[in-house]
Amino acid sequence: MANMSKTTAAVLKRHAKIERNATLLLVLSLLVVTVGGIVEIAPLFYLENTIEEVDGMRPYSPLELTGREIYVREGCYTCHSQMIRPMRDEVDRYGHYSLAAESMYDHPFQWGSKRTGPDLARVGGRYSDAWHVDHLIDPQSVVPESIMPGYAFLANTQIDAEYIGDLLAAHRAVGVPYTDEMIETARADFNAQADPDGDFDGLLERYPGAQVRNFDGLEGISEMDAMVAYLQMLGTLVDFSTFTPDASR
Amino acid sequence: MTADPNDPKPAKPPVDDVTGIETTGHSWDGIEELNSPLPRWWLWTFYATVIWGIAYTVAYPAWPMIDRATTGILGYSTRAEVAADIAAFEDATAELSAQLARADLTALEPDDPLHRYAVSSGAAVFRTNCSQCHGSGAAGARGYPNLLDDDWLWGGTVEQIAYTVRHGIRNEQDPDARWSQMPAYRDLLTPDEIAQTVEYVVSLSDRPHETAQAAQGAEIFADQCSACHGEAGTGMREMGAPNLTDAIWLYGGDREALTATIANARFGVMPPWGPPRLSEAQVQAVAAYVHQLGGGEASEASDVPAN
Repeated sequence: MANMSKTTAAVLKRHAKIERNATLLLVLSLLVVTVGGIVEIAPLFYLENTIEEVDGMRPYSPLELTGREIYVREGCYTCHSQMIRPMRDEVDRYGHYSLAAESMYDHPFQWGSKRTGPDLARVGGRYSDAWHVDHLIDPQSVVPESIMPGYAFLANTQIDAEYIGDLLAAHRAVGVPYTDEMIETARADFNAQADPDGDFDGLLERYPGAQVRNFDGLEGISEMDAMVAYLQMLGTLVDFSTFTPDASR
Repeated sequence: MTADPNDPKPAKPPVDDVTGIETTGHSWDGIEELNSPLPRWWLWTFYATVIWGIAYTVAYPAWPMIDRATTGILGYSTRAEVAADIAAFEDATAELSAQLARADLTALEPDDPLHRYAVSSGAAVFRTNCSQCHGSGAAGARGYPNLLDDDWLWGGTVEQIAYTVRHGIRNEQDPDARWSQMPAYRDLLTPDEIAQTVEYVVSLSDRPHETAQAAQGAEIFADQCSACHGEAGTGMREMGAPNLTDAIWLYGGDREALTATIANARFGVMPPWGPPRLSEAQVQAVAAYVHQLGGGEASEASDVPAN
């Protein structure tokens, strides 16, 4: 017992040095935080069970990506999450819980942290295009109890997609595997997806499962077209009838 | 006794006279600091949390290793837990759901317990999935049909409602979806002809109209519209063509709305809600719920569609 208090006193004496030297305290604190950070964060990049590969995931098509940019610009994420948590009530209401792989091409991800409105991770295909257009223009016209603001201006803003290739290149720079071909054809693909009477075979080859429609029912490609194209593909890429979740993840 | 501030290393730790407790030896303008030991309860709670922390990382998935993290001796997994939760719930309702999935809804009496189960679970399905378009009270909105009245576009028997729920209307996802398409007449008729047709459609529901115009419109209607809406404009359910002689208008019945409808056509889409989106039992349940809201029609053997 006497030995132990002696050792303790010796350690405390040495610790007193740190307490009296602000620079040393700062350097050592940084060291401790760094070790903690490395242990907590670094393994996520190499552990196999945090990286799940799922069939069906592909980068966003140019029109969808534009819709996503508008989603971010308008701050939709402040009220809508895109993250169905693995709980029975959420799965019952929204569909299969979200997989990490479903956000793999999202920069930044749109998980959100608060639901004033419903989760949108699997909103694709739940409603008609016309409903989305009506709802974005005047939410209370279809859901009288809604407190969502209207976004009617989206339908009035045409997009000519001059810089769409740059947008894809920017996403490639942060890790989305857009090919040179995809970037070269970005503007054509952008236009093709909103024109069901045009030639969209190349688009479907590059972006399997892309939906080709005149989303807002009006001439030209407006921000409304891009927004509805994005909303209608959310959560539709993974085929959950063939997906078996690995319980160890 | 007060510690001498000029003596950097007192031989023995100075002791505070009043409390008899050691001081730290620091003195600021004569104010000193007691070196009280931590309370025992605090210290032991602290030790307990350290032990708890280690035990927790042993019991649950935690430490990152070469290719995966330790799984923990309890074998806990979020995915396994939610799967078990869902299985437990499905087991609890398995018998009723299985009965409902294969039940002949037309044969269910309103006071049958299975019918009551169908209506109450159907109400929950409706509020979650259908209310966004048809309204939480099922009264619909402009462009989204009211399900409380006895006016049905595609049929109001419980099997017809179940078919519509299962396959939807004019969607691309389900090849069995109900389908029809009205042409946009702006390319087929002149504006005058459209105006005459509008006048005739207004006359169909016994509203004030211009007789001469409507008479011309009647001819155009017989050529262009009667194939789907019927000679008398009373509609045709096989085509989802609405009755134009009543006061119920999905997209508005004034001249302006009718002109837009005839010129541009309408193309209302409903997504398919059959499996995997809703289970077979849920489809049956929501059909039973909608059917009993007020306008449900009795079934005839002949109009039962094949699923």
